[in-house]
Amino acid sequence: MQETARSVEAVFRQEYGRAVSVLVRAFGDIDLAEEGVQEAFAVAAERWPADGLPPSPAGWIITTARRKILDRLRREASREGRQAQSALLYEREEPDQDLAVQDDRLRLIFTCCHPALAPPARIALTLRLLGGLTTGEIARAFVVPEATMAQRISRAKSKIRDAGIPYRVPSSAELPDRLRSVLSVVYLVFNEGFAATAGDRLAREELTAEAIRLGRVLAALMPDEPEVLGLLALMLLIEARRPARTGADGALVPLPEQNRSLWDSGLIAEGQGVVRRCLRRNAPGPYQVQAAINAVHTDAPSADATDWRQILALYDQLTVFDRSPVVELNRAVALAEVDGVNTALASIDALPLDSYYLLHAVRADFLRRLGRVEQAAAEYGAALELTDNEAERAFLRKARTGLGAPVTDSGPT
Amino acid sequence: MKQYLLSVAMIDGAPPRPPDEAQRAFEQVDELNAELQAAGAWVFGGGLQPASIATVVREEGGEVVVTDGPFTESKEHVGGFWVIEVDDLDAALAWAAKATKACGEPVEVRPFQENPGG
Repeated sequence: MQETARSVEAVFRQEYGRAVSVLVRAFGDIDLAEEGVQEAFAVAAERWPADGLPPSPAGWIITTARRKILDRLRREASREGRQAQSALLYEREEPDQDLAVQDDRLRLIFTCCHPALAPPARIALTLRLLGGLTTGEIARAFVVPEATMAQRISRAKSKIRDAGIPYRVPSSAELPDRLRSVLSVVYLVFNEGFAATAGDRLAREELTAEAIRLGRVLAALMPDEPEVLGLLALMLLIEARRPARTGADGALVPLPEQNRSLWDSGLIAEGQGVVRRCLRRNAPGPYQVQAAINAVHTDAPSADATDWRQILALYDQLTVFDRSPVVELNRAVALAEVDGVNTALASIDALPLDSYYLLHAVRADFLRRLGRVEQAAAEYGAALELTDNEAERAFLRKARTGLGAPVTDSGPT
Repeated sequence: MKQYLLSVAMIDGAPPRPPDEAQRAFEQVDELNAELQAAGAWVFGGGLQPASIATVVREEGGEVVVTDGPFTESKEHVGGFWVIEVDDLDAALAWAAKATKACGEPVEVRPFQENPGG
C-alpha cells in the first residue's frame, strides 16, 4: 500500500508536465488540460494502491485525463464545436504518442518562458505546468502570499490565451533568444533553491531538484544545444557540493574549507561527463564556461591543489559573454591566487556592488590576508548588514571573531 | 487568425526630431505599410495629430458634454497605430519589431477581443 502511494507521488512528479503538455496540444486549453490531469491522478491515487501500477503509468494518466476532459466537454453543450474537434485530434494522435509527447513538453516550456510574460510569471508557470508544483508550494518557495502567486499564475494563463502566445517550439531564427529565456528560468529556479533570502527549507530543496529535473528533460530533448548541456552540468556540479556547504553549527562553509569527502561523487562524475560532452562541440557559452569552472574546482582533491590559472583563464572567457560586476568579483577570487591579493583587491575597487554582501565578504577576506585586520573587521560588519541568511551570517560572524580583536586605545577591551 | 493593435507611444513635449530624420522615418513607415499589405497582414493604420488638439465627448447625467484636450493627463499618447491580422503573438511581435525600427518609437502590441460572432 505504502509503496504504491509513493509510486503515485513519483509518477506525478515525473509525468505531470508530460501529460499536461500532450493535453494542451490536443485541447488547446491549459486549464482544461490541468484539471483533466489532476482528476486522472485522483483516480490513480484511489485505484493503484489496490490494483497495482499499470504497465505504462504515463500512458494511463494521459488516456484517463483525455476521457475525463471529453466527458466534461460532452456535458457542456456550449462547447460542442470544440469537443468534436478535440475528439478528432484524439483519434489522429494516439498512435505516435511517445514521439509526440517529447515534442509537447518542449512546446510547453517555450510557451511558459515566452518573453511576453514577466519573468516571475515565467518561473511560476514553468513550476506549475511542467513540475506539477502546487500554487501553495511555489508561493512558499518564493516567500509570497499564496493569493499573490495564484493571481500571478492565472494572469499568465490568461495572457497566453488572450494574447495568442503560440504553443510551439520557436523557429531556428528565434531559437537562440528564446532558448536563453528558457535556460535563465531554469537557472533562476535552481538559484532560488540556494538563495540567500529566507524561506521554507524543504520547499527550497524541492526547487533545486525540480530545476535539475527540468535541466535533464531539456538535455534529453535538445541534445545538440551545448548551452543546454552546460546548464545541466553547472547545476549538477553545484548541487554535488551541497552536503559540504554548511557545517554542524549551521554556518556556511566556504569552498576552500569544505570537507571534500562529503561531495557527491556520483553527481560530480555525471556533471564532469556532461562538461566534456559539450566542450567537444567547441561552441562555448556562459553556462558551459561556468560549468567548466566548477569542473576544475571539483577536480581538485584539496583546496591547495586547485588549478587557479585555469580558473582565471575561464573567468576571462566568461567576461566575454557576461561583463557583469558579479563576474568581475568572482574573477578577483581567482586573480588573488594567481597574481596576489593586492592585485585582486585593486581589481574590485571600482565595482558598483556596494549593496551586495559578497563584495564586502570578499574584500574582508583579501584585507585579512594582507594583515589589515581593522579594515577587514569593518568589511565583515558591512557584509553582515546586507544579508539575512542565517548560514551566511554565522559564517561572517565567525570570520570576524577569528580576526582577533585588535587592541587599540579606542577599541573594545 | 487574430487581430492586434500596434500603437506607437509618443511622449508629449519631446523635442522634435531633425527634419531629415523625420523624413527617413516617414519613408521607412511607408515601406513597412507596403510590406504589411503584400504579406496580407494589413488591416488599417495611420499617424495621428498631436494629442493636444484632441477633443473629448462624454455623457454626463444624460447630457453630452464636449471638452477640449486629451482625455488623460498622462505624458504619453498614441502617436499612430496599425491594426494587423496574423496567426499569433510571435508573428505580431515580429511586425512590431519592424515597426519600432521604422518609426523610431516604442510600439505596444495589444490583441483585439475575439468577435463572438466569428
